[in-house]
Amino acid sequence: MLKQCEGSHAVAATVALCRPEVICAYPISPQTHIVEGLSEMVRDGTLQHCEFINVESEFAAMSVAIGASAAGARSYTATASQGLLFMAEAVWNASGLGLPIVMTLANRSIGAPINIWNDHTDAMSMRDAGWLQLFAENNQEAADLHIQAFRLAEELSLPIMVCMDGFILTHAYEGVDIPTQEQVDAYLPPYEPRQVLDPREPVSIGAMVGPEAFTEVRYLAHAKQMQALDRIPQLAAEFRQQFGRDSGGLIRTYRLEDAQTVVVALGSVLGTIKDTIDDLREAGHKIGVLGITSFRPFPTAAIGDAVSHVERVVVVEKCFAVGVGGIVSRDVRTAMREHPHPIYAVVAGLGGRAITKASLRQLFLSAMADELEALTFLDLDHQAVNRELERERLTRRSGPIAENLLRDLGVVAARVG
Amino acid sequence: MNAQSAEFSSEDRIGAMLRTERMPHIWCPGCGIGSVVTCFVDAVLRSGIDQDKLVVVSGIGCSGRVAGYVNFDSIHATHGRAIPVATGLKLANPELTVVVISGDGDLMSIGGNHFVHAARRNMDLVVICINNFTYGMTGGQVTPTTPGSATASTTPYGNYEYPLTLPFLADACGASYIARWTSLHARNITQSVEEALTRRGFSFIEVITPCTTLYLRRNRLGDGVDALQYYQSNSEILHGIDTRETAIELQGKIAVGKFVDRPKPTYLDAVTRCNAKLIGDDYQLYGKTEPEKKAEEAKKAEHPVTSGHP
Ligand SMILES: Cc1ncc(C[n+]2csc(CCOP(=O)(O)OP(=O)(O)O)c2C)c(N)n1
Ligand code: SF4
Ligand SMILES: [Mg+2]
Repeated sequence: MLKQCEGSHAVAATVALCRPEVICAYPISPQTHIVEGLSEMVRDGTLQHCEFINVESEFAAMSVAIGASAAGARSYTATASQGLLFMAEAVWNASGLGLPIVMTLANRSIGAPINIWNDHTDAMSMRDAGWLQLFAENNQEAADLHIQAFRLAEELSLPIMVCMDGFILTHAYEGVDIPTQEQVDAYLPPYEPRQVLDPREPVSIGAMVGPEAFTEVRYLAHAKQMQALDRIPQLAAEFRQQFGRDSGGLIRTYRLEDAQTVVVALGSVLGTIKDTIDDLREAGHKIGVLGITSFRPFPTAAIGDAVSHVERVVVVEKCFAVGVGGIVSRDVRTAMREHPHPIYAVVAGLGGRAITKASLRQLFLSAMADELEALTFLDLDHQAVNRELERERLTRRSGPIAENLLRDLGVVAARVG
Repeated sequence: MNAQSAEFSSEDRIGAMLRTERMPHIWCPGCGIGSVVTCFVDAVLRSGIDQDKLVVVSGIGCSGRVAGYVNFDSIHATHGRAIPVATGLKLANPELTVVVISGDGDLMSIGGNHFVHAARRNMDLVVICINNFTYGMTGGQVTPTTPGSATASTTPYGNYEYPLTLPFLADACGASYIARWTSLHARNITQSVEEALTRRGFSFIEVITPCTTLYLRRNRLGDGVDALQYYQSNSEILHGIDTRETAIELQGKIAVGKFVDRPKPTYLDAVTRCNAKLIGDDYQLYGKTEPEKKAEEAKKAEHPVTSGHP
């Protein structure tokens, strides 16, 4: 049923249809509305046969999810930013143990400096943690990806993070088609655990493994993610058949057929990018878009095929690896080994900085003229940066950079937090 | 206090200790956090401690914003980590007076472990917990101090968990000074903070405060004034009461007062004593200045073994 609702509530309603049995969460913006919505549904009886526990930290949240999953329950949690970092040890534990937990990550930046706004730094910090990571472009997809995620996670016995942009999606009201219970039940069978704590057939989950088998256990996790490269498109196709709309898959292309330039991105910024590209197309530029839905496993072959005909690639990423540069662009480069075209990494939208059509248009025009640097920071205030460098040159005790920049810009304290 | 600032009225002197350039602050009308800040700053003035050696550490939350508004050296740590950060400060420079001001969620939920261990060590810290029974900053979810049956955004039909009784927890862990007040008890808070600032060891002060926007509104408890009226008619000053008797029920009686004041060797005393035993009288914690050495020698003459850093 089409419902005008907040992204968080669309996700909460859809997760509830997936019949989770244990939900554990600790609040953090911008994830809170999702778990508040679920707690409401558990308490008022809309979501039955489900335990909701308000744990004392994210570390506890993921640990409770691990315990619940090991006992054979379909387990769900949600977090963001600092919360993901705080649960990090358990995040690796969940994937290492092969427990199919589904977690929503309401993407938010990571401090210091503390910042509650959106970028992809949190997701990227766990990109090698053995979880599958799916990125939603809009609220419909955010909701739908959860249904696919439970199915895929349980098939593979691996945990999945569904990433949706904090605030931009979680707090945006749009029309979302919330499926019926029958539709979801038809797509998502009851959870049949591959491993479960059962007193009739005792097993030990979490055995210590030395050099004799550690590599093999890790390799098997990789092999399963590689299997997912085949399963993800199949599950998306099945989803289209049953629900009548496109959601999920490995990648999504837009106006790419005859493009000489392709812009690669993840998440909600794809909307603004497509609008910009429509304008550029109208002006006669051959430019298209490739959105990555499955960041882990990384669809190396699918991307390689999709961009084989282009002349250059611009990767717009809401994250970066300090000391190296782009993160997504480095992965995209591995997909381009057979087509050694220029790849421009563009770091944009950090800590919630708006990515405007005007800036993107300028950026793409420079890219098409091959005037971009290999690494660009969109809308970076070079003067403010230089003034801070100057202060540091002049005095040893130049003080905290964050506070200095705020003073410099005349915003003594960040306005919202 | 120098002559010039003594001429200021009390408000001006307090104002001088706030980062007014950051005002207006983020707190809602009727919120109790501001009262705690005023009392704290007043206590700093009255105690006469060297403000240049005072550091305020907060975690994350509405209460956590205190560190950003006081005009002392301050650290806004990550959520739950105020106490270990404060411990690091104190160990690196024992001359500092280190005060932690943070919320019930920050100190008792995600950071609860650190509270237990700092109290156990009798670490030289003043910890002020602004207990509004909720995670204010994230929208009013249930915390480990939310009274049974109170509603929160994550317990829409009432909380059914047992809450922590903070003075009892602090007592069981070994804190050497424990007091509780409500934000109505401005003078008492000031007095307790002043006492705690001049005590050694782990001092814990809980201040019950109204979160008007979330906790009060969601539980239909009226506004800030209603909260103060509730505090007025329901708090009972019970100095020295057994901390097991200090649990708080929804809109029930609130035991306030100084519950524990038992000086005992602090963590740094213990380190000093242990090392002095091993190394002998030459042992000096982090090295000392001449006047400090002399003062210590004078003290040593009185108590040969337990002498340590002040
Ligand atoms: C690791 C981590 N998890 C969650 C959060 C989100 N968060 C910010 S403040 C807060 C609760 C603050 O509650 P409390 O300490 O009681 O302060 P109050 O706002 O009530 O004054 C939470 C959960 C965070 N910043 N970091
Ligand atoms: S939300 Fe509650 S705790 Fe936070 S400032 Fe407002 S009243 Fe105070
Ligand atoms: Mg609180």
